[in-house]
Amino acid sequence: MTVAGSQVGGEVVAAQEPPQAEEEAPRAALKRKDNRAWWLVLPVVVSVAFTAVIPLMTVVNFSVQDVFSPVDRVFVGLEWFRTISRDPEVRAALVRTLLFSLQVLLLEIPLGVALAVVMPRRGVWVSVALVLVALPLLIPWNVVGTIWQIFARGDIGLGGWTVNNVLGINFNYTLDSTDAWITVLVMDVWHWTPLVALLAYAGLRSIPEPYFQAAQIDGASAWATFRHIQLPRLRGVLTIAVLLRFMDSFMIYTEPFVVTGGGPGNATSFLSILLSKIAVGQFDVGPAAAFSLLYFLIVQVFCYVFFTVLTRSGR
Amino acid sequence: MTKRLPWARTVFWLYVATLMLPLLWMFGMSIRPNEDILGSFSLVPQRVTFANYATFFTDSAWYSSYLNSIIYTSLNAVMSLVVALPAAYAFSRFRFAGDKHLFFWLLTNRMAPPAVFLLPFFQIYQSVGLFDTHLGVAIAHMLFNVPLAVWILEGFMSGIPREIDETAAIDGYSLPRFFVRIFLPMIRSAIGVTLFFCFMFSWVELLIARTITSVDAKPIAATMTRTVSAAGVDWGLLATAGVLTIVPGAIVIWFVRNYIAKGFALGRV
Repeated sequence: MTVAGSQVGGEVVAAQEPPQAEEEAPRAALKRKDNRAWWLVLPVVVSVAFTAVIPLMTVVNFSVQDVFSPVDRVFVGLEWFRTISRDPEVRAALVRTLLFSLQVLLLEIPLGVALAVVMPRRGVWVSVALVLVALPLLIPWNVVGTIWQIFARGDIGLGGWTVNNVLGINFNYTLDSTDAWITVLVMDVWHWTPLVALLAYAGLRSIPEPYFQAAQIDGASAWATFRHIQLPRLRGVLTIAVLLRFMDSFMIYTEPFVVTGGGPGNATSFLSILLSKIAVGQFDVGPAAAFSLLYFLIVQVFCYVFFTVLTRSGR
Repeated sequence: MTKRLPWARTVFWLYVATLMLPLLWMFGMSIRPNEDILGSFSLVPQRVTFANYATFFTDSAWYSSYLNSIIYTSLNAVMSLVVALPAAYAFSRFRFAGDKHLFFWLLTNRMAPPAVFLLPFFQIYQSVGLFDTHLGVAIAHMLFNVPLAVWILEGFMSGIPREIDETAAIDGYSLPRFFVRIFLPMIRSAIGVTLFFCFMFSWVELLIARTITSVDAKPIAATMTRTVSAAGVDWGLLATAGVLTIVPGAIVIWFVRNYIAKGFALGRV
């Protein structure tokens, strides 16, 4: 049973792997069946109902109406859904966002795992290393945007200045689409690789010492140790890393909005930027609501597919 | 970890240095006068000034919005924790009608793009009188923090053997008394980690916080847009505000540093 914790020095240290399907059954059997537990989850249900369900119902309501004014509205059925799903701008933004998420995953997952492998595990520097690595995660997202807005500028930013004057490459993220894309991508890698690294680090720390001793006795190389001992044990945490990074990069708004505002042109106009432009900028409530629901649906479908594929593979 | 690559240490600290570079650059800008920022490019500030920091702490628009952010963030962390604790216990200890569906449904809220909720939040919070209040923002941020808190706490609680509950019941402890006197002290680190994650996600969020506030509960992040005026961007002040928004996070993370890796794993986050 992987879920059973072992008591080590008073701290409860549970095994790493997520509950496997075949082990789920006996574990569930140990749980007492008691419908009174609903009273315990009631506060959560109420709070989420207020923050999520009611607003979502409002969105559904908007999505099937053409709102001229609060008193003058017409039921239009699925018209807005048709409009939005055929809109070339929305489709372009979808492709752009998917491409961005894909690049984010391809860069951040390997980089994060590599970072976790080289991170110190013992000694006085562990605390300092953890705090420094985690620091970007605690910076407000618009400040992350501000940091890179400054850093990547050719005139006043160290990064942009270095690329322009030391490497001699003409780099200007406010004018050039490719430069803007690269800036946003590098910013995201800077911002979120620490999350993957911390997850992978936690996974690596949970591997029992005897595994490594056995590998050493067998004369395994560092790579073989990584490939056959560390990587398989990371599947659980990496599943979470992939899911979280996909979700958040697919919903990214604040950082690119601060740096590029979606431009130049539409170069970095991701789905959420386009959505808030339609909703708040143009105040097209109906299409924005339909857009919102489709957006939410896409995120959920992708997460479900990812989750299913990742937890089934390797069995 | 017995086997260490020889160059691991070097690679790691090189990465950390790269990570810190944009942050240090922003700090460097916050202590330069604006003429120097725009006038000439230099790696190290030519003249050091703390005028921007003085402006920040004397202008009430700046420091009050800084306080606003701290207030609603703390409020949200506590509220999310209180709501999530019994629910996480229920999920880790009992089977009940619809438990799996409910758990998954909670998680889907973590997947909702905040942009989706802008319009309804604006209308609903205005109609119930929560618009532009600290409580309003704290409640709105429960949208993503409550599911997260339940998720982390449930992971921690499932690591604690159920026999402890049963033994306590045999010893005559009622459920509430057992929960407060025995169970909560056992999951101290989980509570710390949960508070940390709630604080973190509420602190970094801007889109929702900005939409449902105007003056009284305006977050620091929204005030930062003030630095853009007809005269251009006040880079020094913008950088100063940026540096100061990193401070609370750095302090909070120091307290949970020993649990953060464990928290990530046990909470399965």
